[in-house]
Amino acid sequence: MDILAYLIPISLFLGGIGLAAFFWALKSRQFDDPQGDASRILKPDYEDKPKP
Amino acid sequence: MSIAERIDTGGGQTASACPACAVVPSAERLAQLAAPTSARLMLSLPTAHCAACMSTVEGGLEKLPGVRSARVNLTLRRVSVDAEPEVTAEALIAALDGLGYEAHELDAGMLSATETDRQGRELLMRLGVAGFSMMNVMLLSVAVWSGAEDATRDMFHWISAAIALPTVVFAGQPFFKNAWRSLRAGRLGMDVPISLAIILASSISLFETFHSGHHAYFDAAVMLTFFLLAGRYLDHRTRAVARSAAEELAALEVPRATALRDGAEVTVPIAELAVGEWVRVRPGGRMPVDGVVTEGSSELDRSLLTGESLPVMAGPDTVVSAGEVNLTGPLTVRVTAAGKDSSLHRMADLVAVAESAKTRYTSLADRASRLYSPLVHILSFGAFGVWMWITGGDVRYAINISAAVLIITCPCALGLAVPAVVTAASGKLFRKGLLIKHGTALERLAEVDTVVFDKTGTLTLGAPEPTNLGEHSRATLEVVAALAQASSHPLAMALAAATRSAGIPPARVEALREAPGYGIEGLWRGQVVRLGRAEWVGAAPLAVTATYLSLGGTTRALTFADRLRPGAEQAVAALRAQGKRILLISGDSEGAVADLATRLGIADWTSGALPAEKAARVAELTAEGRRVLMVGDGLNDTAALAAAHVSISPASALDAARVASDIVLLGQDMAPIGDALRIAGQATRRIRENFGISAGYNVIAVPLALVGLATPLAAALAMSLSSITVSLNALRLR
Repeated sequence: MDILAYLIPISLFLGGIGLAAFFWALKSRQFDDPQGDASRILKPDYEDKPKP
Repeated sequence: MSIAERIDTGGGQTASACPACAVVPSAERLAQLAAPTSARLMLSLPTAHCAACMSTVEGGLEKLPGVRSARVNLTLRRVSVDAEPEVTAEALIAALDGLGYEAHELDAGMLSATETDRQGRELLMRLGVAGFSMMNVMLLSVAVWSGAEDATRDMFHWISAAIALPTVVFAGQPFFKNAWRSLRAGRLGMDVPISLAIILASSISLFETFHSGHHAYFDAAVMLTFFLLAGRYLDHRTRAVARSAAEELAALEVPRATALRDGAEVTVPIAELAVGEWVRVRPGGRMPVDGVVTEGSSELDRSLLTGESLPVMAGPDTVVSAGEVNLTGPLTVRVTAAGKDSSLHRMADLVAVAESAKTRYTSLADRASRLYSPLVHILSFGAFGVWMWITGGDVRYAINISAAVLIITCPCALGLAVPAVVTAASGKLFRKGLLIKHGTALERLAEVDTVVFDKTGTLTLGAPEPTNLGEHSRATLEVVAALAQASSHPLAMALAAATRSAGIPPARVEALREAPGYGIEGLWRGQVVRLGRAEWVGAAPLAVTATYLSLGGTTRALTFADRLRPGAEQAVAALRAQGKRILLISGDSEGAVADLATRLGIADWTSGALPAEKAARVAELTAEGRRVLMVGDGLNDTAALAAAHVSISPASALDAARVASDIVLLGQDMAPIGDALRIAGQATRRIRENFGISAGYNVIAVPLALVGLATPLAAALAMSLSSITVSLNALRLR
């Protein structure tokens, strides 16, 4: 069972990465318009660069 | 195809509106540098619904001069525009109208409050933390449940504690704060048993872990926090969407007035006007105060105040009320009542009185929690007492049992039961163009059995349309077109629009002159032609809405009818199919109301009703035991809107009416009202079912907990199963 000493910290670390990514997404306002973002990828006009 | 054409006209405007910009680009850049301020405008877009809408709106707006960027938020049905300071919302609304989208201005002052939706983001962050630790603690707990022993179990419990305790402290704060607040106020809200369960579960688990106990409830504490936060977030989200759209629709009431002081015109805030002062009201302007006309003659549109669809004459000594619209000529008005004493404010006071009566309605959730909180506390304390007695004073065991009871009574299903359904239902209605402003509006809507409609501006659009153009010769219509173009009177504007769309070119009429309050006259082939009121033209007045033309010694009548709001017929038909009693109460004249009532098949109608009579009629119906839904838009409706069990007003309604109503109809179409009642009925049934489901789980689980058979595994199963069934049930809404 010594493997637990590695596996538990690893699992917590990986989960922590997910949590940090969630925080980042939240801070950069990616949850403000879920419906709009979902249909925005279907927009027919192609944008070759992100909006400033 | 039509959209493409419209975009082209938008482009054409672009080129013509700012010719100087193209000639001196450097000047434009200089101006940009000198004035760092840019306008951020926010418009509500009730009809936008798809990816194509977003492209059309964003592309169309960005073509306008001065617009830097436009971005549509489809969730909130809004577009935010970053533009030069001189760009006005009116210009953008006109451009969007050309593209085929309805738009309303949102108040920029309120913007900062909702755009940085701090509360929502904070809740979401706590939810994320709770979810993260729930997953991790659950992994460790599964290991314990499947047979981890002794030192391994203790280690897993310690790790769980290390994850769960900070989570509970951070993520549980909204519940702790609310519970503390309600305890200080001497109440026992839903949050008190929740907080107690979370705190008790965490501390008892810590104690057990310390003494190498078998059972720890860390997973239960974190799961409880997670599910309840999910419910709280759903609740918050529905409210935030409603609040942001409903309250920000810019106020229609004029904040400023043009006062005449020492012979000069001064623009002053309405609050500073005093009785006895003179104000000047231009054509197209709204009366800022109650008063008496001292100079000038014109016509007044009173439809928002009284429901009359016909403009009334105004000359010296005419009494005017705040909120009326001046149509044709400038007026000077002596102030008789301003600010708090004006009729506009008296109306608002009436609304406030009726509003306070409405807040007495207790929602299903309130009733459930009123029943639930004491019951849970009694059960839990009872279990503690009884087990103290049975075991002869084993505090540790007794506390364990009472904590298990608190955890297992599943407040999480209760916490999700209402928000999940309300979110699903209001999302559905929002997509249909209805905005639920009030938390209990859906439940109240489900109880409605009587529907009262207002006429002008509600069932009709409040815009007249000529009905007998076909009866006149082309030459006559050419003269009418020429005369009508010269006035901003609503009937003249309707005539001008109708002749233009019929392809009738205006005749050459010279020396056009508007006699404010009477009509327009001009010279056509050397003879005087007049378009206006019957007595001025010399015609015999008809009973219907009409304007009259005198041409070559004879007079002709041009009749009008108010246009029906799209979907009004379907809405009335749908309501009748649902077995609701339908009434039409209007302040307009008998002829117009009777005509509309027969057209829609409404047998029960009243005309010439004063605002107080409308409210009294609603109160009378309520006293008969009926639940009234009031649909209205005018100031004359506000008291009735507030007095009704539940109320709906269109987005074009006056500010006061929108504030007084529970639901706002965002688009022009009225058909969704029928759906709204159906969906509300369904939603209330789902809420009741959800309460039934959580009660069912409790009936099975609580006895187990009381006799001491509830393990952390059983608690986790009961909690997640009930939460998931409740959420799935909410999604069944069609």
